[in-house]
Amino acid sequence: MAPIVSVSNLSKTYASGFKALKGVSLDIEEGEILALLGPNGAGKTTMISIICGIVNASGGHVTVGGHDVVRDFRETRAMIGLVPQELTTDAFETVWNTVSFSRGLHGRKPNPAHIEKVLKDLSLWEKKDNMLRELSGGMKRRVLIAKALSHEPRVLFLDEPTAGVDVNLRKSMWDVVRGLRASGVTIILTTHYIEEAEEIADRIAVINGGEILLVEEKAALMTKLGRKQLRVDLAHPLERVPDTLSSYNLTLEGDGHCLIYDYDTSAERTGITALLAALAEAGIRLKDISTRQSSLEDIFVEIVGAGQ
Amino acid sequence: MNIEAVKSIYFFEMARTRRTLLQSVVSPVISTSLYFIVFGAAIGARIQEIDGVSYGAFITPGLMMLTLLTQCIGNGSFGIYFPKFTGTIYEVLSSPISMVEIVLGYVGAAATKGLMIGTIILVTASLFVDLSIAHPFVMLFFFVLTAITFSLFGFIIGIWAKDFEQLNLIPMLVVPPLVFLGGSFYSIDMLPPFWRAVSHFNPVLYLISGFRWSFFEISDVNPIASAVIILVFLTLCMSVLTWIFHTGYRLRN
Repeated sequence: MAPIVSVSNLSKTYASGFKALKGVSLDIEEGEILALLGPNGAGKTTMISIICGIVNASGGHVTVGGHDVVRDFRETRAMIGLVPQELTTDAFETVWNTVSFSRGLHGRKPNPAHIEKVLKDLSLWEKKDNMLRELSGGMKRRVLIAKALSHEPRVLFLDEPTAGVDVNLRKSMWDVVRGLRASGVTIILTTHYIEEAEEIADRIAVINGGEILLVEEKAALMTKLGRKQLRVDLAHPLERVPDTLSSYNLTLEGDGHCLIYDYDTSAERTGITALLAALAEAGIRLKDISTRQSSLEDIFVEIVGAGQ
Repeated sequence: MNIEAVKSIYFFEMARTRRTLLQSVVSPVISTSLYFIVFGAAIGARIQEIDGVSYGAFITPGLMMLTLLTQCIGNGSFGIYFPKFTGTIYEVLSSPISMVEIVLGYVGAAATKGLMIGTIILVTASLFVDLSIAHPFVMLFFFVLTAITFSLFGFIIGIWAKDFEQLNLIPMLVVPPLVFLGGSFYSIDMLPPFWRAVSHFNPVLYLISGFRWSFFEISDVNPIASAVIILVFLTLCMSVLTWIFHTGYRLRN
């Protein structure tokens, strides 16, 4: 199946001379949740802005649903919903009016039933007649999502949807995002919270310094780049790692109370069985064993660090 | 053509007018009444008639133009500047609408509001003086074209302005002198020859003169020249906007 969003060789140089994007290419499949992960200033927002038509590209091109975003902007923009990073709202408008306005802007005829459903799904129904300036930050964020969903988009861009949002609201937003995916909406999410990408994304693209460093299925990424660690708690502390165990590259931690063994899950042999046997042979008594998988955060730091 | 979007922008802008009804409508009525009291009653008592037209009636077209220009520039610029300032412009830019449709919505609303207020002033003025309109269609021609042209001009200022100072620069510093020196309150025949000659470089003189001709058939300059000037200025504004849309100037960069 053709990708729903296809970015090829996209570049952007701002008037100040800053190169925000340096020839980025990326395909997004219909129905997936793609997380664009990158530090501040990586080029995430610039890329989204070009796809949505807010910023002109300096080079390259983008198609959405097979249409060019510049030439066929009416088709592409009608398909896209955008939730911007900044909480930008018309302070003096009511929730209902501002969401209905968004629907009209996208060329859709008024449909109060749809607006009602969107507002109810986002727990905003009670506030529909309130002015936006009376709402809390979290509610404003949801209003922006409601605006983006007002015209029933096929592709939804969420630019840092949970920046500055409390834990409960963040979790409820993830539920909203999963619900949207279940209804067939493709979601592109930028974030610098790795936990967020780990929680809800199907695929992850890491972007830094205006370049895509990698695009990978989340699960594959975790196994490919993920390292596991075996932690052995000892009954009696050691002063140093015995010479017989030197080939395992162990490190001694916790005042000699615990041994750490790094291993690669994708390797043919992890060496765990051999290590445990060697420990028994050396007469070292174990109190406990635990393993820890490196998080996406560790992977991210590694990739971005290597790119610099 | 995305009619729904044009309607959305237009009614969204008109809704703001409703919210600010007091300052949008009541304040021009009060200021017009003040002009009539100060100029009409105090000065009019000494001037009485210009070219056979009572002074109070003579200044009415000028007053309408003064308000029309300020209101249209103000609304046209604010309508597009404010979303730029708050950031809500992202939504308009990412919508499936062409720049022409954006202009139709914003400029249409600004011009409508200007025309509404101009009409209110005309009605207010008719309470103070006897008014007759000799050429209603010519009057409408100048009235509507001036509203559209200056709303477009305001829209350009709104796109160009980077802060509130720039936004107010032209409406506050450039327009009032042009209007006051453009014969709103006098006929330029009353000026010394030198200033009369200088006045001919003031484009607003042509607007006021043409507009006044449609009421009383008296004018400082040929009404045809007035019509040409307004059409030239309209074309100029449209050309600048076309350039802005093609380059994305201060909108998409």
